[in-house]
This record gives sequence, C-alpha cells and structure tokens, in this order.
Amino acid sequence: MGHVDRARDFVANTERTTWHDEVLWFVRAKRDAAADTLPEWEALRDEAAGIKRDVLGRLPELWRRFEQEATAAGATVHWARDAAEHNRIVHELLRTHDVKRVVKSKSMLTEECGLNPHLEAQGIEVVDTDLGERIVQLREEAPSHIIMPAIHLKRGEIGDLFHQEMGTPAGLDDPDELTAVARRDLRARFLAAEAGITGVNFAVAETGSFVVVTNEGNADLGTALPRLHIACVGLEKIVPTANDLAPFLRLLARSATGQPISTYTSHFRAPRADDGNGGPPPELHVVIVDNGRSRLLAEPAFREALACIRCGACLNTCPVYRRSGGHSYGSTVPGPIGSVLAPSQDPARHAELPHACSLCGSCSDVCPVRVPLHHQLLTWRSHLAESGHHPRRRRLAFRIAARVLSNAGLYDRATRAGRWIARRLPSRWLDRLGGPWTRSRALPSIPAESFHQALAAREEERP
Amino acid sequence: MSIALFVPCYVDQLKPRVGLAALDLLRAAGFDVEVLDGLPCCGQPLLTAGEERLARDVATRFVEGTRAFESVVTPSGSCASTLEIHGRRLVPDPPGGRARVVELTRFLSDNGALPSPPTEFPRRVGLHASCHALRELRQGTPSETREQARTDPAAALLREIPGLELVDLTRRDECCGFGGVFAVEEEAVSTRMGLDRLSDHRRGRAEVLTSTDVSCLLHLEGLARREGPPLEVLHVAEILAETHLGAGWLETNAIRGADGSR
Repeated sequence: MGHVDRARDFVANTERTTWHDEVLWFVRAKRDAAADTLPEWEALRDEAAGIKRDVLGRLPELWRRFEQEATAAGATVHWARDAAEHNRIVHELLRTHDVKRVVKSKSMLTEECGLNPHLEAQGIEVVDTDLGERIVQLREEAPSHIIMPAIHLKRGEIGDLFHQEMGTPAGLDDPDELTAVARRDLRARFLAAEAGITGVNFAVAETGSFVVVTNEGNADLGTALPRLHIACVGLEKIVPTANDLAPFLRLLARSATGQPISTYTSHFRAPRADDGNGGPPPELHVVIVDNGRSRLLAEPAFREALACIRCGACLNTCPVYRRSGGHSYGSTVPGPIGSVLAPSQDPARHAELPHACSLCGSCSDVCPVRVPLHHQLLTWRSHLAESGHHPRRRRLAFRIAARVLSNAGLYDRATRAGRWIARRLPSRWLDRLGGPWTRSRALPSIPAESFHQALAAREEERP
Repeated sequence: MSIALFVPCYVDQLKPRVGLAALDLLRAAGFDVEVLDGLPCCGQPLLTAGEERLARDVATRFVEGTRAFESVVTPSGSCASTLEIHGRRLVPDPPGGRARVVELTRFLSDNGALPSPPTEFPRRVGLHASCHALRELRQGTPSETREQARTDPAAALLREIPGLELVDLTRRDECCGFGGVFAVEEEAVSTRMGLDRLSDHRRGRAEVLTSTDVSCLLHLEGLARREGPPLEVLHVAEILAETHLGAGWLETNAIRGADGSR
C-alpha cells in the first residue's frame, strides 16, 4: 500500500480531512502573521540559505573543528556511518553506564534510525518526553508531523488513550487537564531516568557547542538530572559560528509555529557540573550521524535539501499533506521535504512519493532556507524513472504520447479521430473510459472543431 | 516585434474558443500574430511524469520551431512556465537565440494596447490563481513570500472591466489539485483539493470562475458540473474578448459541441 491508497483512505473521511486541513492551515496562517512582523523576512531567508550553502561546501572542516572544541570542553564525540552504527554506539554507551531507563526529547534523527525499538529490544526503557511524541509512543505509531507529532489526533482520542494508559476518567478530554496528567506521569520518569538523549537543532563549529530548541523544556529537564547526556546530530546540522545561529533561530520558530522564538533555546557545551553527591562524573556524548546524508551531498540536484532546519512549514503549507495526513507518506519525515529525502534512503520503497505532489510550489516559497523543494520533487521523478522505478507500461504510454505530440500529422489524425469517437459515444461510456479522471469529474463537452479547425473555417468565411 | 501565438494541445482540442480569444485580442492590440501550427506541446505532461528525455525532445522541437520569433504568446501560465523555467534548463539556446515565451495576460499588460475602454461585464468573478503563473512566473506575489508586491496582470486586466466584481477568497492562491498526471494518479486528493477551491469561490458567491490556465479550469469545471449549483467557467482571455472586442464575442465565436450540443 502506497501513498495513493493511504491518501484515498484518509480523504474518504471528509469531516476529518476538513479538520486536519484547517488545523494545519491555522499553523500556516500563524507563520504568515509572524513573517509579517519582520520586514527583513526575505533577506533573512537569503542569509540563512547562504550560510547553509557555505556549510554544505565544507562539512568535514567544520565538524573537525567541532570535534576539537567539544573534546576540549570535555565532551566525547562519536561518528556513525549509518543508523545501525548510531544505534550501536548509543546502546554501548547506555550498557557501559548500566542504564536501564532513558528519557528522550524529540529527535527526528533517532526516529529515522529506529533507536527506540533497538534499545527496547535490549531491555532498555525509552520514554519520549515531548508530549506529542509521548502520545504517539503510547499509541505505538509514528509521528505524523516533524514538529507536531500527534497533530493527526483529536483531543477525544487523546482522552481515550490517557484513560487506558494513565487511568484518567473516561471522557475527560480537556487539554489542560490531560496535559497536567501527562506532566505528572512524565515527572516520575524524568526523576527515575539514568540517561537523557536529545536531538540537536544546530551544532556550532567554533565553540563545539550545540543548541536544542523545545517548547516544553523537556530536553533541559531530561539532561539536568541524569549523569549521562547523549546528543544525536545529523551531519547537516552544523553552522560555523555562534553568530550564525541568529538568522536560523529567528526563522525556525516563526516558520514552525508562528512564535517569535521557541520557549527554550538551550545551549550545551560541556558535561553538566558534578552535583557533588558522589558517584561517577557526568558525561556528555555527541553522536554525529551520516546515514545517507553524504550520499545526498554528492547529488548536486538534491544537496540543498540538507539545508533543511526541520521547521515543518512545508508540511503545513502543502495542500496534499494537509489532505492526506503524515502517515500516508510511509516515511519518517512526511510532506514535501520527506518526499525529497526518502527516495535517497530507499528509492524502491519511496519511488511514489515525488508524485504525491501537484507541483504547486508553495513549499519552496514557504521554506525559510529556500530549498527548491518542488523542483527537487520534479527532478526525483525523472531520476527514479531512469533508474527503473517507474512501471514499464506507464513509461510506454508516455513514449507513445511523446510520439504523437512530436508529429504534426499524427497529432492531427489522432485528435480528430479521438474527438470524432468521443462525440458519438454515450456519456456513460465515456465516463467509464475516462478512468480516474471521470470518477469525480464530468468530462468537458467535446467541441466539433479544434482551435486550428475553427480558425481555418473562420478564415475561409471571412478571408 | 515578431510574435507567435501558441495554443497548447489541450486548449486546441478541448477549449478552442480560448485560442480564438487570445488571437483576436492580440490582433486587436495591433500585433501581427502568426499562429503556430504543428507544434502542439511544450513537453510539460512528459516532464511532470518523470520522462525528462522525452520532454526535452518535445521542448527542443518547440524551441527550434519558434526561434524566428521574438515572443511566443500563450494563453497558459503553465506551458509558459514549462518553457521558460524548465525549457531553458533542458534545451540550450539555438544559434541566434530563442523566443521568449510569455503568458497572454502578462504580454497584454506589458505591451498592451487593448481597445479600450472595456464594456460592462456585470458578474461576480472568481479568479483562480494558477500556481505556475504565480509561483513559477511570479505573476503576482505568492502568499507565502514577503517579497515586494508584484501586480498579477490577469487580476489587473479584470479589475479594469466595469461591473465585474472579483470575489474575495479565504485562500487566495491555494492549488486546485490539477497537477497534470497528479489529477489521475492521486485522484482522491486532487478531487478534494478541487472541491475545496470550488467551495471557496462559491462562498464568495462567484458566478463565473476564471483563470489564466485551462488545465486548472478543466479540473474545476469537471468537479463543479458533478456537484453544486451551476458555475460558468471562462478563461481570462474569453472575458477580455467579450469586454474588449464587442459584447457578443463569446456567442459569435461559440464552437459547436463545446456547449454540450452535438
């Protein structure tokens, strides 16, 4: 089952589709209002895109600098080629520290690597502490959005979940009360955790520090108590200097949720201070992960996608995402950016995704770092066709179409014949021949003459 | 200025009067127009399907066949954007250069001397922004951006028509969901996108739905005819022809069969 089928199922629920579309459009509108407050919005996009372009040209140098500075500050840096190596490194760290309980703040990278199931299989309890992420974790499903993981759920569904999982009264669906219950439940887990795992929004080469942005403060709490902090960072998430953070932090929250700034913008550099209660000293580990990123970097057509700061604005604006839901994509990251990233990870599995797009271009215009998303999706289509990921019959049909469209005589004869037949068939037959086009749309009335025929006739009449 | 009129395949076949309107408008504006014959396609259906090599062949044929002209005018933002945005990447300039492909309302606004003033068109009109005219050709300011405001030539021409009221939309530039092969391959989502556009126009009490692109209109018209009260669908060129070339132009130039007659 691919995007087409899952999207059809989603759309079949008209009321829910309306709700989903409107919820996300509301976030898009908030983003628009936030962009309105900055007269320099477009210049800021230029600046951020410029920094990213520079960074992507010298990743090795910047990460070496980062490693140097971070190590000097007392952190330990690890390098992971792929998801498996990343999971192995994290597990090894937890094992050697005898950790059985971990709290994790939101990180799409660890989702991508499948860290939770890997650790759970080794008997380690992982609790996602971002509320939305916690909700989808309890439901044993994937996030449907990269910054609002449970955006596909209505509050009643969350009430039911909490009733089952945390014993809240049946029918309780008040967001404040549910949040309070989740906070209490999470608080105990924060206190019991022996390690905290976080993602990284931006790593800074010159300082060896990194920034984690949250609205819930869960990354801070999750790393302030345990002695072990493991931060997992994708290869693309580095900026040269601390000054370079400014345009990104200004763009990120505004693009993501319409906030002027995220509630918590936390900078980490060294292991946290020893609390003096005895026990081993606190440790900070940074795991730098490639997992296909260097492959994307080597593809001139797609490398700019590595500039993505995971704000989610392209999902919120995408008319297809809003009407098909994040789960319809079947990839870790859904929506336009996900459809660009996924085929590079697994072309056979995700060959359909670049076609889950009407090429409207809204994503490219909303993107704070100017990734030309819809043009990349178009490019993916031809890359995937050339590498044998399009059905043969489909390709043959287009070869025939190209032949007709390149030969004036053939075009003329084929279209005359086509219209002649279409004008004589009963409309219910035509509807059947129209295939998916006529499932919801009436065919246009077929004119007796084409433009060229009508023009010739007119010029004969009044030369 | 040597200019050619390009009437793309689906306009040629399904909405021939749009081609006639474009031609008559250009002539009325004083241009000596040559109608392109034997070059029905810009390559877009092949390009968006992922058949870039086939698209390149078709676009090359087009670029070669039109290089004698300064401008090629077309009543389609989508085909113009294919040739201007992707065609320039796919097909290198032939010796002596290539024609600039311009969407009709853009051309009329930039070079325009339409017989004025337009006559009355007392209807409420919903202008559907074609994504390719807007976000590829930048005819207007996309709602996502905070770029310096640019005038949408189609809207500007329509606003000059007395009696014509452009309806306000809740989402002024959301995609209608046509998208070429998308309309067929992702039929369910495409349909839902189109229905949402239609209700926006209907909320604004539009009597006539118009756009610079026939492709969007074929999709929206097809949906509208299956559901809801009737909505007249006209290309911008048709409204301009009716108001600038003498009331009754639409009726005089009606094509047999296009109104459902046999």
